[in-house]
Amino acid sequence: MRLSCPLCGDRDRREFYYKGAALRRPAPDADLDVWHEHVNLRQNPAGPLAELWYHEMGCGSWLTVTRNTVTHEIMEVALASTSGLGGPA
Amino acid sequence: MRFSGWRVLKEGLTGNKGWGPHWRDPQPKREYDVIIIGGGGHGLATAYYLAAEHGITNIAVLERGYLGGGNVGRNTTIVRANYYLPGNSEFYSHSLRLWESLEQELNYNAMMSQRSILNLYHNDGQRDAAVRRGNSIINQGDDAELLDRDAVRKLAPYLNFDNNRFPIQGALMQRRAGTARHDAVAWGFARGADMRGVDLIQNCEVTGIDVEGGKVTGVQTARGPIRAKKVALAAAGRSGQVAAMAGLTLPIESHVLQAFVTEGVKPLIDQVITFAEGHLYISQSDKGGLVFGSYLDFYSSYAARGNLPMVEHTMETCVAMVPAISKARLLRSWGGIMDMTPDGSPIIDHSPIEGLYLNCGWCYGGFKATPGSGNAYAHLIATDRPHGAATKFKLDRFRSGHGLMDEEGTGAQHNLH
Repeated sequence: MRLSCPLCGDRDRREFYYKGAALRRPAPDADLDVWHEHVNLRQNPAGPLAELWYHEMGCGSWLTVTRNTVTHEIMEVALASTSGLGGPA
Repeated sequence: MRFSGWRVLKEGLTGNKGWGPHWRDPQPKREYDVIIIGGGGHGLATAYYLAAEHGITNIAVLERGYLGGGNVGRNTTIVRANYYLPGNSEFYSHSLRLWESLEQELNYNAMMSQRSILNLYHNDGQRDAAVRRGNSIINQGDDAELLDRDAVRKLAPYLNFDNNRFPIQGALMQRRAGTARHDAVAWGFARGADMRGVDLIQNCEVTGIDVEGGKVTGVQTARGPIRAKKVALAAAGRSGQVAAMAGLTLPIESHVLQAFVTEGVKPLIDQVITFAEGHLYISQSDKGGLVFGSYLDFYSSYAARGNLPMVEHTMETCVAMVPAISKARLLRSWGGIMDMTPDGSPIIDHSPIEGLYLNCGWCYGGFKATPGSGNAYAHLIATDRPHGAATKFKLDRFRSGHGLMDEEGTGAQHNLH
């Protein structure tokens, strides 16, 4: 499996660390149920999934990757910094 | 049909013409007391114990493919009770005791082999952890022994004792641990359940779960609707998708774990051995193949096959521990779909929907749990109270944070357990 890093180009899977589903981070004072959903609960789809990968052995960017969990096909890679996933500042 | 030495001899002398199918192939009825979704090890064991211990026999086990075609046929067959944390410790202890009498109870040869497990340690910190874990296991009532380097060398002289980074200092040994024939475990439970009247229905994918007024009423399947008073999930890596049919979201991510088998070689590895460089476990099957595995591939997957970097890592680790294996040829490898929870421990609990029960989150330790899981789940379904050995496998521990059982202390990230 290779990921196409927007800054570095096609790179081997071994250069990347996998975080999990790309979820929008709740506000720090959000309700317990909202944090429970964020930390623990997963839609866990069999098919396309937006997820976070970290280019640990490359440029150090966090990436949002859309990948098919059944075929392992990489459908889209973008810099996570443009995704708004970090939640409210 | 009862198996015995006499019967095997008789059939051998008469051309083996007297054997029949081990279970029926029934049409689904319109209604059951209990429907179990998933005809794998845990689902079949649950059906067996519901019938054998609780007298509930109006049960259907619905399987999408064929019986035992999922993770119970895709693992490294290790059985052990060497967990550390309360909650896990008593449960796996219970499960191991069931393993020890399983073949007699089922009248089925599951090739249960208590050949022991050696968890190697390589430095002082790992030795301290092994001592602590061993004491916990002994307190639980199971067996554990701390072996020094010489004692390990006597048992497994072929190990690389002087690896530069991971020299072997000793091992934590559990003599009652071992392996079992994984397929036979599924077949034994299936036969036992069928003999007691349970309908095992294959090629019957569940496509919907019917809920009315917060209460489950039945399921939709590829072979038509079936009503039920109680519906019990035992769908392992597919748990999230099955639960979604009832509108539930589970604390589970599905990941791929690979396993490997070499060509058959002469008897070499007498125990199950784990290498604490990170994570490697190996044993030798009765056919002679070396069976081993290591980590998850670490990304979510339903593919039931992995990628080459983890193949390479596993081979490197294997050869670092047992250099002689570098000459063995790999026969085959496969992947299983693991239902990973945020604390690495399972769930056997009610769901928020009345009459719908959850058994999932076995991560990649589900095989050794098979009898314990079925036994505890059957108790929950029959009595609506948790089994005494499985009181901590609560769904709400993730929301509250109370009672999390994170054996490796890696935190709330599904793939790190």
